[in-house]
Amino acid sequence: MPPTDEILVHARGLTKRFDAFTAVNAVDFDVRTAEAFGFLGPNGAGKTSTMKMIACSSPVTEGELTVIGMDPRRQAAQIKAHLGVVPQEDNLDAELTVMENLLMYARYFDMPMSVARPRAAELLEFMQLSGRADDQVEPLSGGMKRRLTIARALINDPELIILDEPTTGLDPQARHLLWERLYRLKQRGATLIITTHYMDEAEQLCDRLVVMDKAEIVAAGTPRELIERYATREVLELRIPDDARGGLDGRLDGLAERIEELPDRFLLYADDGEHALEGVHSREIPIESALVRRATLEDVFLRLTGRSLVE
Amino acid sequence: MAVAAGSQPLGLGATLGGAGRVLQRNLLVYRRTWRGSLFGSFLTPMLYLSAMGIGLSRLMANGGTTVLGGVSYLDFLGPGIMASSCMQTASFESTYPILGKIMWRKNYEAILATPIEVHHLLIGELAWIGVRMASMATVFMVVLTLFGIPRSPLALLAIPAAVLTGLAFAAPIIAFSATRINDSGFAALFRFVINPLFLFSGTFFPVSRLPGAVGWVAAATPLYHGVALVRGAVLDSMPASWPLHLAYLLVFFGTTAYLAYRLLRRRLVK
Repeated sequence: MPPTDEILVHARGLTKRFDAFTAVNAVDFDVRTAEAFGFLGPNGAGKTSTMKMIACSSPVTEGELTVIGMDPRRQAAQIKAHLGVVPQEDNLDAELTVMENLLMYARYFDMPMSVARPRAAELLEFMQLSGRADDQVEPLSGGMKRRLTIARALINDPELIILDEPTTGLDPQARHLLWERLYRLKQRGATLIITTHYMDEAEQLCDRLVVMDKAEIVAAGTPRELIERYATREVLELRIPDDARGGLDGRLDGLAERIEELPDRFLLYADDGEHALEGVHSREIPIESALVRRATLEDVFLRLTGRSLVE
Repeated sequence: MAVAAGSQPLGLGATLGGAGRVLQRNLLVYRRTWRGSLFGSFLTPMLYLSAMGIGLSRLMANGGTTVLGGVSYLDFLGPGIMASSCMQTASFESTYPILGKIMWRKNYEAILATPIEVHHLLIGELAWIGVRMASMATVFMVVLTLFGIPRSPLALLAIPAAVLTGLAFAAPIIAFSATRINDSGFAALFRFVINPLFLFSGTFFPVSRLPGAVGWVAAATPLYHGVALVRGAVLDSMPASWPLHLAYLLVFFGTTAYLAYRLLRRRLVK
């Protein structure tokens, strides 16, 4: 199901303050039905605070916010009935079994057992946890707990699924399995809001995203648009021996549209990375290693903020 | 996707419904542990009444003493232990388990992502502690009967009185727990508040034996009033002042429950 024009979450001048600290500073965005919308940014950028306001678990300090056509200030419980929330840290009920976690959660949504039971079984199947239905939660692996948390968030068949850093702390295999499941949810027409500080996650999953830094949105668009607007098609990464760094003295100039100097390497932004590398060779610049790659959202972030996403 | 299953409007009865879910969750967990828990409720009074009621009674003057209101020490002690055990269990249930759900296991965070709200959480937890108190008090009543202590069927009124005594401790202690960022305050709470109350609030001897000011302090605590009601019911010697004891417990519970709501809300909704 392709994204539609119907707006599911609408924010204008949305602000969250904790005493004197401003966590979210007057941000504007719209999330459309059936799209995967991302909030990309480093830790502390205000992504989670924004999520919590959308999820109606944190009061809006200022500004306009509509979620599924309702006002979180007055209709929090009605909105929550249609949301699925996956928090940053798993908060499963460790005193209940896997199946009981789903059934009890269904009861919080006031779902009758006759509806909840088949739905829970179906979700365990979808998240590849069927064999663990009667197990306690604690011995499950990190990836399994995450999948159970997502299954739990889907129990009420939500119109909007909010995932706060869904794969942080998981190993690569577990991440890929999760991405694949989230992609399938999206194909079925679910609306997803995802926060992440992994640019590959944002590129994999998000139709559109906003880049957040220091409580503000610094750019918005599709991953492709952002890369085209703020980076070149390719990037040449150069590692130059420390003793040669001092003598470079502008010798890289003109080889690329833009050059970023990082503590451990140089990034040369050029539409043709190989061509730039030839230039490096013909100028006999001493290098330790060279790598030509596609530009990513990481480069966009670096360009916009002068910093890396993940240290 | 299909229409959300939980889409019916949350109107009348939603408060009780939401609190009921929170209670249901605790009952689901209790289903696995109730045997041990009830056995503990049985063992405690058995031990106290055997050791102190029977052993200590022998050291005292035979038969009733005027200080105890004309009853044997065993009769005096039994209902006192009933009220103070409810205080202790209710207090414990309001410390570690509650703080765990607030910050260690974050159960409340998970529940508040659903249509359940903070007042449902609080009412559900208090209802759960009420259920625990009722089952505990019932077991106590059986033990007291084994020792031949209750005077008449009116003794059954001691069960609601013991539940109310427990709740009068649960509410302020949940309020206290809502302000904690670690569990270090709990040891102090038990050492400096709960245990002294257990010893000095009329469980083991009449508060009237305490010197002036100390007696007044003891009389200001909910345990004193709880013991008075439970003892009055069990021994069929309800003091004329029972409405005051009852009113004190109800007002104390209501006020501290509201405080617990405010503090839980401040803690959980940021």
